[in-house]
Amino acid sequence: MSVSVSNDALLQFLLRMGDNTLILGHRVSEWCGHAPVLEEDIALANTALDLIGQTQMWLGLAGEIEGGKSADDLAFLRDAWDFRNVLLVEVPNGDFGRTLMRQFLFDAWHSIMLGRLMTSSDDRVAAIAAKASKEVAYHLERSGDTVVGLGDGTEESHTRMQEALDYLWPYVGEMFASDEVDAKIVAAGIAPNPIDLREEYDALVERILTQATLTIPESRFAHKGGRDGRMHTEHLGHLLTQMQWLQRAYPGAKW
Amino acid sequence: MQTSTDQIWSWLDAVPDPEIPVISVVDLGIVRDVRWDAETLVVRVTPTYSGCPATSVISMDIETALRDHGIGDVRIETSIAPAWTTDWLSEKGRAKLEDYGIAPPQPAGGPERCPRCGSEAVEKVSQFGSTPCKAHWRCTDCLEPFDYFKCI
Repeated sequence: MSVSVSNDALLQFLLRMGDNTLILGHRVSEWCGHAPVLEEDIALANTALDLIGQTQMWLGLAGEIEGGKSADDLAFLRDAWDFRNVLLVEVPNGDFGRTLMRQFLFDAWHSIMLGRLMTSSDDRVAAIAAKASKEVAYHLERSGDTVVGLGDGTEESHTRMQEALDYLWPYVGEMFASDEVDAKIVAAGIAPNPIDLREEYDALVERILTQATLTIPESRFAHKGGRDGRMHTEHLGHLLTQMQWLQRAYPGAKW
Repeated sequence: MQTSTDQIWSWLDAVPDPEIPVISVVDLGIVRDVRWDAETLVVRVTPTYSGCPATSVISMDIETALRDHGIGDVRIETSIAPAWTTDWLSEKGRAKLEDYGIAPPQPAGGPERCPRCGSEAVEKVSQFGSTPCKAHWRCTDCLEPFDYFKCI
């Protein structure tokens, strides 16, 4: 039998899931019309679409629990300090290689996390995870393949992928951080303890990055502050000015 | 007298998918249940991909079609569990897809053959295609690109 959990802890958990997919979905959508080749443009747009669709489910449930709010309210009417996404997803895209490296580092965590959430004690969480994990399997397949293709590619692409990995690696640790919110969520059987995903994650990432002939940095230093909202990077505010512009300029505007 | 649900199902089988109009929303397996709740007809639908923009259009098309048949009191319920799977595509739908030039999903994870020339010499271009539900493949015999309805 599961322990009951406060609505507040559940809400924080749902915001963490939904803000990750929202902010990454927005970042990836910035490539629409700009990718190096048509097939990649389409793939990036489809990935962004899946992530935004998953956001509808996570933030939709969060809004219900908060009471009378929609996913749109949460996406467009909160300010930077209210967001609970990890810093990894808000860093700028950089070049195509860095975008795909970030995608891979996130997809690897995402696929493992969703797999565990499918057996959540909360049926609503389990249902969203079951739906999303099918889509994320394709994201991971593609980002993993592309990281290998570019890492083990030309001298130029290899150098850029190594630079991308060096830049992004310090943002990986935050996905495995735990705090009192996690403790409550874990006790209620809603989600796994993030730290317990690390071993599987490291094995998966090491296998792909080795194939990609890339070197994982040794430092385990981790930038933190996104998933608890303590301190986001400066980049999130800039992203929000673009994403939320319409609702801020024309409050209540409807499609 | 209330219209039988069998009749409703056959009407819905005439509502085309907005993105792939050769198959119906019933062929696609997204209509999960049809039932009467007193005077209200309840149609339960499930999205294919969570971000698929066609989902809201489909709900609207279903309502419009039922209204045209004289049923004005309709409630569309959306459910995500169990998650939609390509296993729910009807046999009729699979055949129509292939006729239309879209290779139907296969458990092996790739198309069985080119939907145009039938050759088995095919290769993947990209795991993502023109809509969330499709991948982009190419036939190395007739050299034509084609869509593959990917398995989920």
